Amino acid sequence: MSDTATSEHPEPATGAAGEHSDADHDEGHAHPSDWAYAKIAIVLAVITALEVFTYFETVLDWGVALVPSLIFMMVVKFYLVATWFMHLRFDSKLFGRMFTAGLTLAVGVYLVTLTVFEFWV
Amino acid sequence: MSAEPLVADHGHAADEDGHDEHATTTGLSHTKLAMWVFLGSECLLFGGLISTYLLYKTRGNGRTLPTDVFDIPFTSVSSFVLLMSSLTMVLALSAVSRGEDEAGRTWLLATALLGGIFIGGQVYEFTTFVREGVAFTTNPASSAFFTLTGFHGVHVSLGIVMLMSLFVASVKGKLTQRNAETVEIVGLYWHFVDIVWIFIFTVIYLIPAD
Amino acid sequence: MAITEKTPLELGPGDTARYVERPLGVFTRPQGGRGWRDWLSTVDHKRIGILYGASAMFFFVVGGVEALLIRLQLAAPEGSVLSADVYNQVYTMHGVTMVFLFIMPLAAAFANYFIPLQIGARDVAFPRLNALSYWIWLSGAIFLNTSWIVGGGGADCGWFCYATNSGVAFSPSHGVDFYAIGLQILGIASLVSSINLIVTCLNMRAPGMTLMRMPVLTWMLLITQFLLLFALPVITVALFLLMFDRLFDAQFFNPDAGADPLLWQHLFWIFGHPEVYIIILPAFGVVSEIIPTFSRKPLFGYEFMVFSGIAIGFMGWGVWAHHMFVSGIGPISVAAFSLSTMFIAVPTGVKVLNWLATMWGGRLRFTVAMKFAVATVAMFTIGGLSGVTHSVAPADTQQTDTYYIVAHFHYVIFGGGVLGLFAGLYFWWPKVWGHFLNERLGNWNFWIMLVGFNLTFGPMHILGLQGMSRRIDTYARGYGFEFWNMAATVGSLLIAVSVVVFMWNVVKSKRDAPHLPPPGPDPWDARSLEWSIPSPVPEHNFDTVPQVHGRDDWWHNKYAENDEGTVVRVATVEEAAQTGEATGVHLPSPSFWPLAVAVGLPLIGYGLIFNLWLALIGALLTIASLYSWAMEPVDDPDATHDHHDDEATEGSSTEGDQP
Repeated sequence: MSDTATSEHPEPATGAAGEHSDADHDEGHAHPSDWAYAKIAIVLAVITALEVFTYFETVLDWGVALVPSLIFMMVVKFYLVATWFMHLRFDSKLFGRMFTAGLTLAVGVYLVTLTVFEFWV
Repeated sequence: MSAEPLVADHGHAADEDGHDEHATTTGLSHTKLAMWVFLGSECLLFGGLISTYLLYKTRGNGRTLPTDVFDIPFTSVSSFVLLMSSLTMVLALSAVSRGEDEAGRTWLLATALLGGIFIGGQVYEFTTFVREGVAFTTNPASSAFFTLTGFHGVHVSLGIVMLMSLFVASVKGKLTQRNAETVEIVGLYWHFVDIVWIFIFTVIYLIPAD
Repeated sequence: MAITEKTPLELGPGDTARYVERPLGVFTRPQGGRGWRDWLSTVDHKRIGILYGASAMFFFVVGGVEALLIRLQLAAPEGSVLSADVYNQVYTMHGVTMVFLFIMPLAAAFANYFIPLQIGARDVAFPRLNALSYWIWLSGAIFLNTSWIVGGGGADCGWFCYATNSGVAFSPSHGVDFYAIGLQILGIASLVSSINLIVTCLNMRAPGMTLMRMPVLTWMLLITQFLLLFALPVITVALFLLMFDRLFDAQFFNPDAGADPLLWQHLFWIFGHPEVYIIILPAFGVVSEIIPTFSRKPLFGYEFMVFSGIAIGFMGWGVWAHHMFVSGIGPISVAAFSLSTMFIAVPTGVKVLNWLATMWGGRLRFTVAMKFAVATVAMFTIGGLSGVTHSVAPADTQQTDTYYIVAHFHYVIFGGGVLGLFAGLYFWWPKVWGHFLNERLGNWNFWIMLVGFNLTFGPMHILGLQGMSRRIDTYARGYGFEFWNMAATVGSLLIAVSVVVFMWNVVKSKRDAPHLPPPGPDPWDARSLEWSIPSPVPEHNFDTVPQVHGRDDWWHNKYAENDEGTVVRVATVEEAAQTGEATGVHLPSPSFWPLAVAVGLPLIGYGLIFNLWLALIGALLTIASLYSWAMEPVDDPDATHDHHDDEATEGSSTEGDQP
């Protein structure tokens, strides 16, 4: 994964070096306002509240949907923090590739390990 | 820990290309790229610890499991606190990069404070667990639980140390708009620690262990 | 050209270290120079590369002595050179030393020295972190070996240290504690270094040096760094759990408490299999530089070389459980990992074929470096083929834990890795030191090593198939093991002789150098950028940062096609090469803090094992040094900034566009 990430990279790396530097300079303008960050935080808070509600089964019985919905909400939160607060939306793709390389590798390798341990059955 | 790019200095070839003194091949900052590479590596570290816990979470050796003593409402509050510290962190960066040092300091301090509350909550949680019969050496499940959350706690604590260092640097006037990137780098680390907790909170605490 | 005639270790007159007098004594910021103290504070990637290389050779001798002890013990039945307990420690430490303290740092030496030179950079992205990597590595290496003295013996659980053998019950000395903590320290070193070199490769290439123009050595080293980056955290987790089990009574590998010892095996081999490629890929890179040079042909199938390297790096993550076919992981897992293991032979085969195709029809020059490179290809192929036999699970069940396995991985690691890196030593020696290694002694070195190697490890295939277990400290008469064991022991002594010849070669070549013509910038008529600058490399590497127009750019500066389409020489080396005489090149300032940070880590290690107060002192030292480091500007404002003379600084920075 990591390696493919870098190997896709050659053209933008050198060809567009100048443009990248320019983008770096107006970082301040490209980034969202404080209010946008606050809105993301509100969304995160709402999702967290939803997650915690699943714990109180009396409020709503989630049944078999429980684990998938929890995972889904987790992924959304993860994604929002990574893309907005960590600026992956606005920054060079290379950063995201380095990170997702590690992330996918970790998820893949450890899922296989748990599978070999017959964790899911 | 910022490093000076050395590639293009005084090289006339670089100048022909219109690079300035600090240009890098990709135009990206060394330090920021290094931090992202490091975070990619951290994924495998936390992944290993999380998998260890998942594998062991029901192996109690006939004694109390961590899942038996989880206090979900309490952990929810401390998780929420850590989540909100990501907002204050990003606001700190935003303020520093606009040159508002005063506001930057406030948000840095707020972030460190929220992190501190989280750590305080974790210390409380750990002592309660031990009182209720789940200590580090009780069973494989408890060893894995304390190692994972403790490891995360150490990461948060290191983050707090870095935030306070930034705060002190700012008070001394050494942290200005020009080196806002330092705040961004520390911020990346802080947000990463936060997203690891997002993962832990769901997978370890919320998903019921049958 | 004064600079080219001076070896880096030499202290020239009037060129001593320039320390600024300040009341802080030793912690006065060093100013750079050529005294011994400057090696402690250096941030020059070339010097750090040399430090890595020299230390690696030292530990090669240490690991080699351990190997000889093993072979002496096994030379005849009922050997009594070592007790069973000491034998366990010796073979464990032999493996750990050779992998972590010899091959990896030797590869790191090549990475440090040549990545910046091959991509046209003046240093790595983070020079001080680079120094930190080396010092942490050295402190970890020393820490690991002090367990012989203060730990009650070395680790005795094999280099992969399976649970539950690694538990306190079966390994009561502190050896495994030193193993667990020592490898964590070494891991920090490699992790820091991998981040540094990845950023260097991506971010510090000279103008025009696209990724697909990078020399294959740099490519393979880059892939190695990614493997390190992602594999080290996994072993760190495993070592962490082991350390907690042993020192703080955690229950991770205690089957009585319901834990699963297989967890260790998985974590270890998720790291351990990429580690195999961490060891071999640098040697592949070295061979890929040497074979084209001495065949006078461009590397056949550059893209295939690069992508098969990437494929090996990627697929290396999906085969780890083939080390565990007899561990009871279930038939589906065994089948899946068998299959993935067979697939990974494909990109490796691609590489071998490409090297052969590079030599095909070339004008071959069999220098010592070329001989080592060709031997690498041949020996690695043998090791690779026996590896494919392991991927067949039923056969592997028969081979597991026999000498057949020992034979296989020595053919891969010694035949591939070590021979390949020796090829690199002979190839780049003139670039690093400004004089050749003696070719005649080099031939002795090569042939004795090749014969000795095959005599040592070839018979182990037979012994393994005859059923001789590995890790046994002795064997009884009458199993038919006697002859081949004696042969292997004789072979190991030959390897030792060849290493002595190499050492003698190093000394003799240095002594003879003043009477021989200097090699000049490009003695082999080679292809990549490091040959376009003087030998030894000036401190600032490049006078001007090169503009790269294509692959093998340096070659194309020397040769071009004429109208008839034949390749003709268009420039002599002297015309095309840089003179190394530039002054006023801005270099990062040296620093003592990396060394100070590194000293704290083994203290933490000893503290965890013996007394937590010591750990506290180590931690405080590390933290204090890190803060001092952070406070220290990258460029010393008081420094002269310039290793030649002050006056030239202003004059030569013609463009002068500092912000």
